[in-house]
Amino acid sequence: MAERKLFKGNEAVAEAAVRAGCRFFFGYPITPQNEIPEYMSRRLPEVGGVFLQAESEVAAINMVYGAAGAGVRVMTSSSSPGISLKQEGISYIAGAELPCLIVNMVRGGPGLGGIQPAQSDYFQAVKGGGHGDYHCIVFAPASVQEMVDLTMHAFDVAEKYRMPVMMLGDGVLGQMMEPVVFPDPAPRDLPTPDWATNGARDGRATRLINSIYIKPDDLLRHNHKLQAKFKQAQVDEVRCETVNTEDADIVLVAYGTSARVCRSAMDRARSEGLRVGLVRPITVSPFPYQVIADVARTARAFLAVEMSMGQMVEDVKLGALGAAPVHFYGTPGGIVPTAAAIVEEARKIAKAEVGK
Amino acid sequence: MAEELTIAGFGGQGVMVIGQLLSYAGMHEGKNVSWIPAYGPEMRGGTANCSVVISAEPIGSPIVTEPTTAIVMNRPSMDRFEPMLRPGGLLIYNSSLIDRKPERSDIRVIAVPAVDIARELGSDRVANMCVLGAYLAATHVVASESVAECLKEVLPARRHNLIPLNIEAINRGAQLVEA
Repeated sequence: MAERKLFKGNEAVAEAAVRAGCRFFFGYPITPQNEIPEYMSRRLPEVGGVFLQAESEVAAINMVYGAAGAGVRVMTSSSSPGISLKQEGISYIAGAELPCLIVNMVRGGPGLGGIQPAQSDYFQAVKGGGHGDYHCIVFAPASVQEMVDLTMHAFDVAEKYRMPVMMLGDGVLGQMMEPVVFPDPAPRDLPTPDWATNGARDGRATRLINSIYIKPDDLLRHNHKLQAKFKQAQVDEVRCETVNTEDADIVLVAYGTSARVCRSAMDRARSEGLRVGLVRPITVSPFPYQVIADVARTARAFLAVEMSMGQMVEDVKLGALGAAPVHFYGTPGGIVPTAAAIVEEARKIAKAEVGK
Repeated sequence: MAEELTIAGFGGQGVMVIGQLLSYAGMHEGKNVSWIPAYGPEMRGGTANCSVVISAEPIGSPIVTEPTTAIVMNRPSMDRFEPMLRPGGLLIYNSSLIDRKPERSDIRVIAVPAVDIARELGSDRVANMCVLGAYLAATHVVASESVAECLKEVLPARRHNLIPLNIEAINRGAQLVEA
């Protein structure tokens, strides 16, 4: 087994990306993700890659668009306000069907907000974000190891579907250190894709990457194609962890940092005799609706826990479709919920729904 | 049972280093560990602090809100974290700088005159290693040998000449508890 190393979440994402073959990084600084560009500025030149601090987030995402079009592995990272600035470019990348990785270490909003950890960019990440009908595949890691594993996986998924993939973290995940093992995948060729606009030097037919379809019929067909790809991802790419859901009366639903706190809350509630379980979406887009639907058959109630005023809770309701009530507990503004407060909520719900 | 620590003091007192040493040592002993600094506005001017969890089980929340141990290096940290300690928890404080005694009677308390000991050893800057030594001797959460080995990973190379001094400070802190 490879050696365990202590890594900060932000640096782990960067190292994992390099090991996955990412050779281009374009970004603009913002707390709490600055360790990613800092690490890349040192690491990418060592492997013949390019680190470029752009003049703005808008410039950075359009550099990502260009590099992705040339068929190379490319990423950018930012935090909430910076990701908002990138949305136009992300819509173009989705429209042009290009693969790339976008990391959002979410901080409190709206506006400039604060720099503390939050989960208030869920809607933006999973429901589109930019203009037009499109989806990104969005991963929500809950540990430094998972950030490594999902970052490496993300590039493959992005290329498989030719879609932008997002890593939805937060300030806690970026700043915390945990032991990680970097899997050492067998070296493999990453052939330049047959759609890349990398120069028609060998006399091959010219290629075009664009997101403009001026004839409505063409744009309609294009939209159906984008939708079909996401439908396929809904079948093949959903990832979700369930813990203690079989006998649970109250099932917590949470992703990322709040899922970590929910895990502590679940253990504490169980030690007090409350049958509590946990559903932890690992992909939040596509969302594990079927897992929620299955658990709704046996659970008395759900409690969605988020570091926001309630966003993912809407997807939990879509999954439950009325089969079980869905409650919400949230801490916006950069506050991380405490396990004690979640147990208290679960106890109140148990009293109301289970009558004990 | 997870050990959940809060380590706090002024910026520059080396509280982040204490947390990192414990995390590295725990990892090398095959345990699960997490370390997270408080970042942002609460760092400025007041106290710097970090949360460390060391456990044989998978770690839930990395953010410590009810510590099993609080290591505090200055008065503002004592005022803030003493009330948060779990009943039966351990409070280790830098009695060279903190001019009051802990108020709670339901916790275990170890006073370490860390700056005085460090000065005797010739450098104020190893005061953090004195309280770390006392903590290790009091809890054995990780072996002090593991911590000593991790100094190389945590201290920058230009400070490696100070490793023997750091180890001596750890030992002096430990003697205080073992005596």
